[in-house]
Amino acid sequence: MASIPANSATIAMGKVDPDRLRFKFSRNIKERLIEGVLFFAALVSVLTTLGIVFILVYESIAFFRQVSLWLFLTDTMWTPLFSEPRYGILPLLTGTLVTSGVALAVAIPIGTIIAIYLSEFAPFSVREVAKPFLELLGGVPTIIYGYFALLFVTPLLQKIWPDLPGFSMLSAGLVMGVMIIPYVSSVAEDAMRAVPMAIREGSYAMGATRFQTAVRVVTPSAISGIAAAYILGISRAVGETMIVAVAAGMQPNFTFNPAEPAATITAYIVQVALGDLPHGSIGYQTIFAAGLTLFLLTLFFNVLGHWMRRRYREAY
Amino acid sequence: MSVPLPAVTPDHEAKLRSLRSLIANHKRWDILFAGVGVICLAFGMLAFVALFFQMAIDGTPRINWDFFTSFPSRRAENAGILSAWIGSTLVMFVTALAAVPLGVGAGVYLEEYAPNNWITQIIEINVTNLAGVPSIVYGLLALGLFVYQFGLGQSVLTAGLTLALLILPVVIVATREAIRAIPIAIREGAYALGATKWQTTSDHIVPYSMAGILTGVIIGLARAIGETAPIITIGALTFIAFLPPSPIGTEFPFLNFDWLMSPFTVMPIQMFNWTSRPEEAFQVNAAAAGLVLVVMTLAMNGLAIYIRYRLRKNIKW
Repeated sequence: MASIPANSATIAMGKVDPDRLRFKFSRNIKERLIEGVLFFAALVSVLTTLGIVFILVYESIAFFRQVSLWLFLTDTMWTPLFSEPRYGILPLLTGTLVTSGVALAVAIPIGTIIAIYLSEFAPFSVREVAKPFLELLGGVPTIIYGYFALLFVTPLLQKIWPDLPGFSMLSAGLVMGVMIIPYVSSVAEDAMRAVPMAIREGSYAMGATRFQTAVRVVTPSAISGIAAAYILGISRAVGETMIVAVAAGMQPNFTFNPAEPAATITAYIVQVALGDLPHGSIGYQTIFAAGLTLFLLTLFFNVLGHWMRRRYREAY
Repeated sequence: MSVPLPAVTPDHEAKLRSLRSLIANHKRWDILFAGVGVICLAFGMLAFVALFFQMAIDGTPRINWDFFTSFPSRRAENAGILSAWIGSTLVMFVTALAAVPLGVGAGVYLEEYAPNNWITQIIEINVTNLAGVPSIVYGLLALGLFVYQFGLGQSVLTAGLTLALLILPVVIVATREAIRAIPIAIREGAYALGATKWQTTSDHIVPYSMAGILTGVIIGLARAIGETAPIITIGALTFIAFLPPSPIGTEFPFLNFDWLMSPFTVMPIQMFNWTSRPEEAFQVNAAAAGLVLVVMTLAMNGLAIYIRYRLRKNIKW
């Protein structure tokens, strides 16, 4: 009995070894510190957004001190670097609209059909091969697509249609459409796969075929997710830069004809950045005003797309 | 004593026939649509194959050792991509060094630490929205903030940090998805043995989600290496016939950070520069540079897809 050390009794009585306490205290400090560091890392993304908004608004305010907002939105000429500058964003907007429109005319039908096929028709083995392949298609750098549009698609189109100029919104838009197919098909397919199996089984039990089930049951059930896929595709097309900068030409052109060359908002920014504009000049500020327009446009589509996507997630 | 079958009247037979043809008709639509689906899928793949072969046919003649060891030149046949691939490597190094700790840290915070409050919600919404911001807008951020406000100039450091911010959402999302796949029992086991939150995270959560994080990092870097627009926007020069100072010095401490502030060019910029020239000889160079770039990004993406595939097959909790 006497072999029991004296201090074991004190521990049993509830007194704690002070060394252990100190250890725990330092442990807590370290834990808090690490949590703080990790929180900072998460905060960087918020700071990035704030930085983007700050710099775009800050430079745009300087721009709008010299150019009225009304003129910016209604003038049909965009010639900020000429001796008689005109600052109407409309030609850049129509360029963006037409190239995106052509791209979506390609990407939406093909992307939707691929999504329906992969989700409802394709055997497992086809899906296992096709999905990584589409992912690779989405991972190709856009400058490569630009090269492809300028030196492969444009000459090809000129064989069919000799009047087509060397730079055109049509070929840029078509290639951009191919680039967007994987985005549209993967988001739309996710939405369709989220539709519960029981809904399909119900349809088959009523004697419907695969095609009827896919088009009349699964697609309407996933419609908000599919719409989100389209909207995210629009946002991607509006913000796409290198394809249009390489293949659509860089001259602002107020036209809705896809067979003409024109500049988009993004192509204009590239064109100015390639030149040598002094910091603080009005030419320098125009790219931030153009960038703010682009940012607001894509933000609108992104928010709309995510809102719609969340709606379908809540449905089941 | 069987019940007599109803007599088959001509009227009956006509109904049956029309029913059968209706069913056959509907089944025809099935086959038709499957055909259209395969055609659309083939179109996507064909576009990819055409793109790759067009580049390979145009570019392969220019690909030789000299192409990798020569500077750009005014004469197309002498021009090479030495400064471009070294610039890309250095920029990617900075990008990875900035994006990996920040992205993984943010992902770990959001999954393991973040309380469920409005700050967390703002961070989450923000990450989702950042992923949709066009890359050229990041270029404007870098031009206004890094180049002029912080005075970093048109340097390797500016480009690396810009691309790091660009791929941050990719790394964060990949980290979160990898961590979310770890069952709660692993955490409970660690806590039961008296581990603190950080010990649990650093000894268990992060190592177990490493493959998923790696996939995200590789996909992010593959995207960054092909990104052209933000680098053009910060005003990176396109004609660079010199290399940044070597990062390894001859004197103590053998490390040299001057290269961070050096002007540079990268692969996609070099390619853009050659593509936009009217001479055909330069467009051949562009194809060769494009081929190198596409092989690089495809290899990176392929590696990421392979790691993910292995992961799905091997891990069973």
